[in-house]
Amino acid sequence: MLEVTNLHARVVDVEDGEILKGLNLTIKPGEIHAIMGPNGSGKSTFANVLAGRIDYEVTDGDIKFEGESILETPADERAHKGIFLAFQYPAEIPGVRPWQFMKAALDAKHESSGEKKLSVREFSKLFDSKVAEVKINPDLMKRSLNEGFSGGEKKRNEMLQLAILEPKLAVLDETDSGLDVDAMRIVADAVNGLRSPDRSFILVTHYNRLLNHIKPDVVHVLANGQLVETGGPELAVEVEREGYKRFLEEHVPANA
Amino acid sequence: MTTIAPATTIASYARDFSKNEDGAEWLTALRNKAWAEFESLGFPTKRRGNELWKYTDLRVLDTKAFSRAEAASALSSDDLRKIAPWNDDWHTAVTVDGQFSSELSRNLSGDDIAISNLIETAERDKAAVEPALGSVADIAGNAFVALNTALFKSGVLVKVDRDAEPAQPIHILHIVTAAGADNRAFYPRILLLAGENSKTSIIESYVNVSEGSQFTVPVFEASLSDGAAVRHFRVQLENEQAIHLATTRTEQPDSAVFNSTTFATGPAIGRNDVHTNLSGEHSETNLHGLYITDGSSHQDNEISTTHQKPHGTSHQFYKGILAGKSRAVFSGKVLVQAGAMKTLALQKDLNLLLSHGAEIDTKPSLEIYADDVKCAHGATAGHVDPTMLFYLMSRGVRREDAAIMLVSGFASEIIEEFEPESLREFLYSRLERIIPELDSEGIL
Ligand SMILES: Nc1ncnc2c1ncn2[C@@H]1O[C@H](COP(=O)(O)OP(=O)(O)OP(=O)(O)O)[C@@H](O)[C@H]1O
Ligand SMILES: [Mg+2]
Repeated sequence: MLEVTNLHARVVDVEDGEILKGLNLTIKPGEIHAIMGPNGSGKSTFANVLAGRIDYEVTDGDIKFEGESILETPADERAHKGIFLAFQYPAEIPGVRPWQFMKAALDAKHESSGEKKLSVREFSKLFDSKVAEVKINPDLMKRSLNEGFSGGEKKRNEMLQLAILEPKLAVLDETDSGLDVDAMRIVADAVNGLRSPDRSFILVTHYNRLLNHIKPDVVHVLANGQLVETGGPELAVEVEREGYKRFLEEHVPANA
Repeated sequence: MTTIAPATTIASYARDFSKNEDGAEWLTALRNKAWAEFESLGFPTKRRGNELWKYTDLRVLDTKAFSRAEAASALSSDDLRKIAPWNDDWHTAVTVDGQFSSELSRNLSGDDIAISNLIETAERDKAAVEPALGSVADIAGNAFVALNTALFKSGVLVKVDRDAEPAQPIHILHIVTAAGADNRAFYPRILLLAGENSKTSIIESYVNVSEGSQFTVPVFEASLSDGAAVRHFRVQLENEQAIHLATTRTEQPDSAVFNSTTFATGPAIGRNDVHTNLSGEHSETNLHGLYITDGSSHQDNEISTTHQKPHGTSHQFYKGILAGKSRAVFSGKVLVQAGAMKTLALQKDLNLLLSHGAEIDTKPSLEIYADDVKCAHGATAGHVDPTMLFYLMSRGVRREDAAIMLVSGFASEIIEEFEPESLREFLYSRLERIIPELDSEGIL
């Protein structure tokens, strides 16, 4: 499904802004991978690079999705291919309603795959059922996208979009942060519900808590711009108990 | 600068003035006075030392002569429905090429209101019109109010009875047809008399079928009585050749409310000069608007409020979308006079620049001579936010559509204020056509 090799990426506007320094990752269909790592280690950068954000420049390496390099593919087309990023800090968009936004997104996806677009009625039905599923307050859907949403409400809204778009690869960037216990359950249920042999997930998280609800196949530690350790669920337990000291000491960056 | 060079174009306006055929003596006297004022002022084409016209270049008026449209061409109400906001139930007064059209107007009375041809009523009923006409829109020192007063053809009078709360809005629709020569001038005049404790919604719209160049000089004059509440909507959709220099003036005694929301798409030169005068206590005015400019168009928003008495509230909130090499001005002024304690005044102007060539001059300003007032102002200008754009694209919305969605979203905060819904829907459908055409010079 996803094959990342020797990925180097830097912030376009910052001199010497290399953040990812040779990241390797392979994800097979149906797998759930967790990525943990200290603040500022590049987890969100990696997630954004996967989704095609142009503020980052890939200077070396490759990203292959379903066997094809997507480095030159713009963000909208990556979404059509089935990549989805649940943002750590979802943007607030004045004057754009969630319904209208999701309808446009799904229409664009269907258009690109040559599928028939849903009618307003069909889409409304789908939308309402997903709103109920992720238990997001329907009143929020009358507001502008994410505007005035609480931190947790924004995360639920990301889950709503995930549930509607049904991507092949979903990257959840700290979707569990700032969630109350019930909301965490909802996120976990949504992911578990969408779990299928041909859908994969990357869960970026700081806490083992989420991983108790969603059993990952593989856990990675990202430090100094690389995945420095890969293991099973027990790795997350170790991180939570011991912190990142060991990984940082063992993997001093080459230029330090 | 004290002398004004005699502009060669003035002769053309003088010719139009000589064609006036007013029946009432007092009206002729008023017109003469207005004409004299205009003649002595001339067009404000000298910008040096003239704060009011610092950013807007009107020199074209010294070189290009416009003459008043004297005849209206035929139009059916089916035509109107296609191009203008329209609802059969509204109280609608239509002017075609500057002439009041009895055929196209409908529901002019009832609901405790009366709408009429202003000149006709003035000639018939001096007592009703003379004290009000020109009492709020002062000709002194204002060339365009003077010119309008001297030259308006029929005008529209709206009288709202005391305590009236008409269920339907009043729509004053000005339409310019394709027939007739280029370089026509129009002087729409609206006089609104809002009775004590009345509540009215009034839509003032400008639409044209013509592609030609034209000069429109509207004056909207609203005299409110104590406790009157007016909800005003202004829709300016003239063509890109138009020069549209509009004046709105209100007089607001105790507890009178004038709330206005405008929608202006860039003519060649547009000016929306609004002044609300809060002469009584507890009076209120919210002046909101959206301007969209493109190509080489220029839109000047000269928005001001005077607080004379305590407990007044004013809110200026404008948003601009600028594309191409267009230019816009927001000059917001709030004057809080001595004695206007407990005034609350807010000013805000937010601009979205779609191209590098577009330019905004924004200067909200407060002048405060009273104590115990709360005032705040702010202005911003920025480009489409790349973070927002990425958010939308990351869900699959195509780049162009995402940009359009963001621009529409920016506009919708103002559009949402328009009522009733059919008017709002009309503006949204306009917006849908306008936004994708805006020239972002390739940056979007
Ligand atoms: N657009 C940017 N401009 C400048 N610096 C950036 C930019 N994006 C990321 N960085 C820097 O790159 C580093 C990695 O940031 P990133 O957001 O990827 O960290 P993270 O692992 O997601 O951290 P956290 O756990 O706090 O979310 C940080 O030092 C950050 O300041
Ligand atoms: Mg992060």
